[in-house]
Amino acid sequence: MSNYPLLSLIVLTPWAGGLLLALLPKIGAGASRTIALVFSLSTLGLAALVLASFDAAAPGYQFVERRDWIASLNVHYYLGLDGLSLLLVLLTGIIAPVGLLASWRQTRDPRFFSLLFLVLQGSALGVFLALDFVPWFLFWELSLVPAYFLIKLWGGAGASRAAYQFVIYTIGGSAFMLLGFAGIFLTTGTLDFPTLARLGADGSLALRLSDLGGFWPTAVFLGVFIGLAVKVPLFPFHTWLPSAYAEAPTGASMFLTGVMSKMGVYGFIRILWPLFPAKLHALAPGLIWLALGGVVLGAFAAMRQTDLKRMVAYSSINHVSYCLLALFAVASVPGPGGQAAASALSGSLLQMFNHGLSAAALFFCVGVLEARSGGLRGIGDFGGVRSLAPLFAGLCGISMFSSLGLPGLNGFVGEFLIFRGVWGLVPWAAALSCLGLFATAYFLLTFWQKVFHGPKAGAAANGFGDLTGVELLTLVPLVVLMFAFGVLPQILTGLFNPLVTTWVNHLTP
Amino acid sequence: MNALPCTIYVSFAGAAAALALGRRSPTAARVGALVSALLAWGITLVAAFRFVPRPEGLQTLVDTPWIPQMGIHYHLAADGISLTLMVLTGLAAVAGILFSWNVVERTGEFFAFYLALIGGVFGVFLSADAFLFFVFYEIAIVPKYFLISIWGSTNREYGAMKLVLYSFAGSALVLAGLLWAYAAGGAQSFAISDLAMAATRFTHAEQVGMFGLVFLGFGVLAGMFPFHTWAPTGHVAAPTAASMLLAGVVMKLGAYGCLRIALPLFPTGLLFWQPMIAWLAVIGIVYAGLIALVQEDFKFVIGYSSVSHMGFVILGLAAANVRAVSGAVLQMFSHGVIAGLLFAVVGRMVYDRTHTRKLADLRQMSLYKQIPFAATVFVLAGLASMGMPGFSGFPAELTILIGAWQTSPWCTAVAAVGVLVAAAFTLRVIQASFFGTAKQPPAGAAPPVALPPITLPEKCGALLLIGATILIGLKPDLLLDLIRPALQAPLFQAALGGGAP
Repeated sequence: MSNYPLLSLIVLTPWAGGLLLALLPKIGAGASRTIALVFSLSTLGLAALVLASFDAAAPGYQFVERRDWIASLNVHYYLGLDGLSLLLVLLTGIIAPVGLLASWRQTRDPRFFSLLFLVLQGSALGVFLALDFVPWFLFWELSLVPAYFLIKLWGGAGASRAAYQFVIYTIGGSAFMLLGFAGIFLTTGTLDFPTLARLGADGSLALRLSDLGGFWPTAVFLGVFIGLAVKVPLFPFHTWLPSAYAEAPTGASMFLTGVMSKMGVYGFIRILWPLFPAKLHALAPGLIWLALGGVVLGAFAAMRQTDLKRMVAYSSINHVSYCLLALFAVASVPGPGGQAAASALSGSLLQMFNHGLSAAALFFCVGVLEARSGGLRGIGDFGGVRSLAPLFAGLCGISMFSSLGLPGLNGFVGEFLIFRGVWGLVPWAAALSCLGLFATAYFLLTFWQKVFHGPKAGAAANGFGDLTGVELLTLVPLVVLMFAFGVLPQILTGLFNPLVTTWVNHLTP
Repeated sequence: MNALPCTIYVSFAGAAAALALGRRSPTAARVGALVSALLAWGITLVAAFRFVPRPEGLQTLVDTPWIPQMGIHYHLAADGISLTLMVLTGLAAVAGILFSWNVVERTGEFFAFYLALIGGVFGVFLSADAFLFFVFYEIAIVPKYFLISIWGSTNREYGAMKLVLYSFAGSALVLAGLLWAYAAGGAQSFAISDLAMAATRFTHAEQVGMFGLVFLGFGVLAGMFPFHTWAPTGHVAAPTAASMLLAGVVMKLGAYGCLRIALPLFPTGLLFWQPMIAWLAVIGIVYAGLIALVQEDFKFVIGYSSVSHMGFVILGLAAANVRAVSGAVLQMFSHGVIAGLLFAVVGRMVYDRTHTRKLADLRQMSLYKQIPFAATVFVLAGLASMGMPGFSGFPAELTILIGAWQTSPWCTAVAAVGVLVAAAFTLRVIQASFFGTAKQPPAGAAPPVALPPITLPEKCGALLLIGATILIGLKPDLLLDLIRPALQAPLFQAALGGGAP
């Protein structure tokens, strides 16, 4: 199979679907939804082909495609895949069709909605597969365009402002990242991630950057750092997130939180850490505080929300910050981190995947509440939903417990590994981050009690229909996967265990 | 290659033909103009494809004595830089004619002035004699005045007058600088190569003074901060096709003059002024961007965005190394295409239909529902203008940033802020112009009038320009391979160090 440009196909098939929809302006709503779903499912199909011949133990990147592109900037069209990329390709392959299913009832111009969604999916996949800065940045920036229009045109009342804020924050970060890479190119003459990672590992990148003189080597690091930190988002760069996620239509919120927030974490692991191991090590103690800020303040902010969608949005900040907490903890200790580092990193990768599943499911559940009540999503707007819609309550409950890390469900494994790892590396940080756990448990259980228990109240007083067929089709796969990866996490860890071992042995300064 | 001078003659002939045909029927004038513009563009494209760079840079096409007493020659020559800009001129000319298909008032004369302007621009890009350069440069100014003052809109007399006064003031400075150089150096002729030879004998003070005069003069036309104020008013006052040419091509004349004359002639002067110019450039990028962010007139936003983008060109020139300058030339091409596209949407697609350019009014219209094609074009053009990868602005700005970092890292950092500001004002104007949310009309109000659909010439013009920006965005080497050898030529050695990029 490796003769076929499988990775290009993975990226381009959703785009081809988008193009097809663009060329069929008169197509009906049902047909455009079906086309979008089929093209969106292509990712899982192609990922299965990749899985069939993927060798987790092989070092380096697999299925590599490398062609000359822009000679004057030494840019190549360079795609490649390792365990980390594969994990996120799989996640995208799951979240994107589910997000489209969640938007099945979307009646306002479903053709254009699906088109944008497919473009977004392709761009995100490109980010996870590109190994040269220019193509990577192309996908990274292009993903903003469909996301912007999805939020702006199909979002809630404050959508315009939220979409604007979202894009300006992210582009602001990107502008500094671009500047950083301009400096990197100036000193090394390449923008190729694996080459730069090699230069980073033996310290020669830092040496060459020091040619820039003065404070500029640090500026290069900060530029790249800010670009990624805004995207994740890392506290205190998160202020765009709650309104963007809350205003976006349900399907888009699912994709934003499920996949796009992982683009930033991916960038930290794929770019920032390998390129600047010494800088990251030096700054890690401070960065741990920022990650803790996201973990703790994100959870406490979620606790204070009365709008359920904003609550889930803040809880996303909390969950994604765990991934970075683990990375920073690993980077902060000198020398190979051993077992604890491997555990923290595995947990971080698992958490990326698991948060994608559970947060998408929770956003969908809030979307269901909204759809039934004509747009209400306050925590006080519902009551006693469980007796009216037991199926919905059950599936939503499982998603919540997955999100707060109940053993047996997927969320537990990732968080447990992160705690174990961070505890071995930076014990006080692990202890402090427990505060986030308590707060998460508190607000999710409050959500559960207020909405699903008690007397029928608010929007549920006049009845509340249980999940329909399409809704079940959206939620059940996610819940099934929560159980599957909760009981058998080795399905996922098997993909990246050798990779994590290599990182621990070669990357820690 | 040898047919390149014909671009000048074809354009002037086309101008005469349009004038003659216009007396019979407007359509004949339009077709005549389009044919001559297509012909000229075709010549530039063929030349660009067949072009083989030579180590000496400029390749002479015609060289006959004109005013032998003063050593003035009719000397036309081309290298990769002039070719790049000529291809741009041809493209902008064709697109501009397509977007002026609906001009009904004195159609023949309109296209006659238009093509005369194009002919002058081609002449500037081909001149290898400083005096000839200057003559063509002046030829290009006159038609601009008439295009704006006769067919323009808002404040057209003021805009036209301001533009012409600034242009003449700028060219007076250039002329003064050139005459000084000619007299002080005892050059054999006005040929740029001879002047450059003579310039090696200048004292440091002379170099500084001459470079200052010439660069300032050209900088005015390139829209360099703080001498940019003619640009937005002129762009806004001009009819659509003229705004496209003004922003797209005429501003490039200034930048081209800096590159072709000021840099090779006065390398030591450049060294002295470099930090100052770089700072003016980045201040211009950010300042014009911030002004664009608060404009309430659609066309003014685009006008200021042009000034902001030209700041990148000037930053690249000021950095004075092969990489940055090649980025600057690429940015000239890129901005020419993108500005053309933006002005086409504002002036032709939106204003000619809605008769308003106030963002407050446009917000009420939710135009994307009525003219989705225009909305798509504007979004694409806006993305290109923001420097989104995949469009021509990205490789240009990246190349400039890398090159400028070498010389002045602080300016480069400020320029990155400019990228952010550009994103902010572009996104704002996209939201306000096409994607506003219509308020419910008051009861009993007349239903909104349906806008006329987008016509075929508009679609062709838009697709042409979008195709160009995406092609160069994905394959910048097509142009960079033309530009970079030209910058390695001996003429540029002194200014750009000629070293490896």
